Amino acid sequence: MADFIFWVIWALIVASAALVAFGNNLIHSVFALMGTFLGVAGIYIFLNADFLAVTQIVVYVGGILVLLVFGIMLTNKISTAQISQSSVQRGLGLAVVLGVIAIILTAVLPHDWVGSTMPLEFTDTVTGIGNLLFTDYLILFEIASVLLLGALIGAATLARKEL
Amino acid sequence: MDHLSSYLVLSAILFSLGLYTVVTRRNAVAILMGVELILNAANINFVAFSKFVTHNLDGHLMSVFIIMLAAAEAAVALAIVLNLYNDRGHINVDEANALKQ
Repeated sequence: MADFIFWVIWALIVASAALVAFGNNLIHSVFALMGTFLGVAGIYIFLNADFLAVTQIVVYVGGILVLLVFGIMLTNKISTAQISQSSVQRGLGLAVVLGVIAIILTAVLPHDWVGSTMPLEFTDTVTGIGNLLFTDYLILFEIASVLLLGALIGAATLARKEL
Repeated sequence: MDHLSSYLVLSAILFSLGLYTVVTRRNAVAILMGVELILNAANINFVAFSKFVTHNLDGHLMSVFIIMLAAAEAAVALAIVLNLYNDRGHINVDEANALKQ
């Protein structure tokens, strides 16, 4: 049963990401992106990453996706109903991307990753992440807070009318 | 679901679709969506290697920081996109060759 659910989520991610990449309607692409984000949260659960799954839903679906929808609504004339988007150089892009995926898969799949058959079962990742965040990763954590403050001020300044 | 390769293939597909979105779309918001796909692909890899190979939580920490960076990046990029729209009435990046006109 769990195996079946895993492959359903796997297919959901690939299908919705394909709609993001190939769809003609920008609004459809954004909603497909929500499917991708939720599917990735499901994949996190299969990887025993409970904290990351919740973070994924809160930050991506609740934050970034809403920002993207605002971006679309503020930069298109909604009265035209169909918000179409066009692509350039589809053939060349497809060739490059197929080459990239071929290189990645031939490099990654034959390699025998050490311990890849013996997965570790995390029981509670929140405690571990919290401990690491305030010991080994404390500097990074503080830099991240400054970066977020800078991004907040920068975005607010950039979005003002009189720049 | 109990083998690393299924996650690696998923991540590679997600990365490729994101890369295709970035290189072919003209709309700046659509390109941002492609960037988010690429970041999600990287996150899946970090967490999968954390579970199957390194057996510790370092990969999870990297994913937390990537999600944080993605949020900051989306906010600043959308502010720039709004300015671009106010300046020239569209957000097609292939025609945006000057900061102000």
